Amino acid sequence: MRLAAVDASAAALGTTVGLSLGDARARLPGLEVRDHDPASDGRWLARLADGCVRYTPMVEIDPPDGLILDIAGCAHLLGNEAGLATDVTKRLVRLGMTVRFAFASNPDAARAFTRYRPDGTDEAAMIQHLPIAALRLDPQSEVGLRRAGLKTVGHIIKCPMASIAARFGEKAVTSLRRLTGEADSPLAPRQTLPAIAVERRFAEPVARTEYALKILGELVAEAGRTLEKREAGGRTFAAMFFRSDGLAQSLAIETSRPLRDAQAAMRLFGERIEKLDDPLDPGFGYDSISLTVPVTEPLSPAQLKLEGGRTHETQIAALVDRLSTRLGRGQVRRFRPCDTHIPEQAQLELPAVEAGAPGQWHSPETGEPPLRPFQLFDPPQPIEVIAEVPDGPPHRFHWRHATHDIARAEGPERIASEWWRRKDMKGVTRDYYRVEDACGCRFWIFRHGLYGTGKRMPLWYMHGVFA
Amino acid sequence: MRESAIPLSALRERIALEEQGRCTAMRLPVASGHAGLDGFMEGGLGRGALHEIFAKKRNDAGSAAIFATVWAIRTVIQQPEDAQALLWLRSAEAERQSGRIYAPGFVEYGGDPETLLLACARNDIALLRAAADAVRCTGLGAVIIECRGNIPLLDLTASRKLALAVRDSGVTAFLLRIDAQPGPSAAHTRWAVRPAPSVPLAANAPGPPVFEAELLRQRAGPAGKIWQMEWDRDRRQFREAGQEKALSGIVVPVPADGQMADRASERARLTG
Repeated sequence: MRLAAVDASAAALGTTVGLSLGDARARLPGLEVRDHDPASDGRWLARLADGCVRYTPMVEIDPPDGLILDIAGCAHLLGNEAGLATDVTKRLVRLGMTVRFAFASNPDAARAFTRYRPDGTDEAAMIQHLPIAALRLDPQSEVGLRRAGLKTVGHIIKCPMASIAARFGEKAVTSLRRLTGEADSPLAPRQTLPAIAVERRFAEPVARTEYALKILGELVAEAGRTLEKREAGGRTFAAMFFRSDGLAQSLAIETSRPLRDAQAAMRLFGERIEKLDDPLDPGFGYDSISLTVPVTEPLSPAQLKLEGGRTHETQIAALVDRLSTRLGRGQVRRFRPCDTHIPEQAQLELPAVEAGAPGQWHSPETGEPPLRPFQLFDPPQPIEVIAEVPDGPPHRFHWRHATHDIARAEGPERIASEWWRRKDMKGVTRDYYRVEDACGCRFWIFRHGLYGTGKRMPLWYMHGVFA
Repeated sequence: MRESAIPLSALRERIALEEQGRCTAMRLPVASGHAGLDGFMEGGLGRGALHEIFAKKRNDAGSAAIFATVWAIRTVIQQPEDAQALLWLRSAEAERQSGRIYAPGFVEYGGDPETLLLACARNDIALLRAAADAVRCTGLGAVIIECRGNIPLLDLTASRKLALAVRDSGVTAFLLRIDAQPGPSAAHTRWAVRPAPSVPLAANAPGPPVFEAELLRQRAGPAGKIWQMEWDRDRRQFREAGQEKALSGIVVPVPADGQMADRASERARLTG
């Protein structure tokens, strides 16, 4: 086991990254060790990145431990760049983190300045002093450059680009040009700009949830007015509660049809809050609340029915939204057909909030009894079957601690597996029987496989229940 | 005392009259198509009312579920307005025990899956809360609420609330009680459903579903009668079991008595 990261005080006492744990313990008996958990670190970094949306919408995560903020046109909100940096540092230090920051005219340079802290007064000089590790080349090229005596970026800049490209690959040239700002290095922001965003900032942190929700109601109404002007409605609404200690809690709702009615949206937010495992916790208070409507769709002003009241569709949509928010998105479903013979795959259950256009269902043949059960076991349940002849219909079967004597049976209906979708072009055929026992219970059972084709005896399964 | 007793009973009568007037104003009952049942129940099952359907034994569960489904299908096709949607509410436990709702099967019983909505609740409380919302939604034609076991929460008060809500909204609600024993409830009717042997088709194949439906209770009406009801998918109505065959025309009528059935089952095995 080796050390993956050390903090400032441990580094001062002589431990370094990569030192084996045994050595480190021998040198510093009082060393405090925590397991390295990159996944948690990543989640924490993502959370910090979400929190940084308060400064600028353009936030990129620079794994494993960096955040790049594009503050062009945003710094004046906190005075100047230094003011912004002070604010960031203050908040992060309060969370017990060590912060280093740097400003530069492009993301790559900013990243390199933060990590390597070069000497120099202006940006060009600082770039000259950067070590070549700042180019983020593969280790081999880096060693090659170092052996050639090129130790800083300043050394390389002086060389002709063509020879660098020939010896160390195009990537070396590209990163060099990005560092100096000759080539573009765009940010990949975590968040795309929503269609509508409204926000409320408070002079003093708001510590009461009720008041925060009231503000949210005002924001929803404000967004609703904007939507009305655009003749649009929102399909998703996302609220962010920024806490004064830097955490951000998000709350999102989704609707099955475009919505701009503030009351209906607030009802859904209410359902959503009720469903939260741990309730909204204001901590030391919220210092701003924002609401975004990322997805909008056209929604013309609605005509109410003449006698008042709403149409059936809007009422059902409202019910679907409510239940989906309360029970969970995937718990309220609609059915769509799927073109396959395999019974359990013949239907898709889609969340009702997003189910698309209606499909074409197979219509039953006139005069036939129901040939498919209304309730299907997925996966099918194994049963023990006695048949008089191996290939014949079953005579008696045992299911859920009860024995059923079969009085009537029809079958087999043979359904082959979809061999054309399989690499080995094989698959097990099923023989389905519709059976009725002595009491009148009707079942759909199948034999999985044919006699004499496999090594084992084919097994029987219960797949569904008729009336 | 005597003076106050008279106005009290008069008031009760007035309330009863008003309630009746409000609920039956524009609602025709849902006719089943089964002559005996429609005659006995004065036209059929009450629309905008709560009906309880019991499956007392585990094996009856499938039958009771489909009995509720076909009644719901009947309800929405006779709906005067276009409120055709059907909501099926169940708990996650029910999904595990009785299998998934299978839309191709719903078609086979005469329903249109495009109108079918399914909602799964985590537990009984969430289920009843969802039910309380659903029965107030006038856009729905029928709601089926599937409960498993005896639910203490579903007492007289809870069912009375549901019954009042459906009376106001006009939604017909079916409370499917699997594996439960009847307790006090404010439902309009209460049924116990069992599967019954079907009338076999050629080669002793199982025929259309037959239910043995017992009307256990009817609010303000007679009860205690048992019907053998067969569901005719093509006409989407019930009929007397075995009354039929000439209508569909494809079938050799084989009486369901012992000997014939035995001989016929031999034939079926040979065909298999």
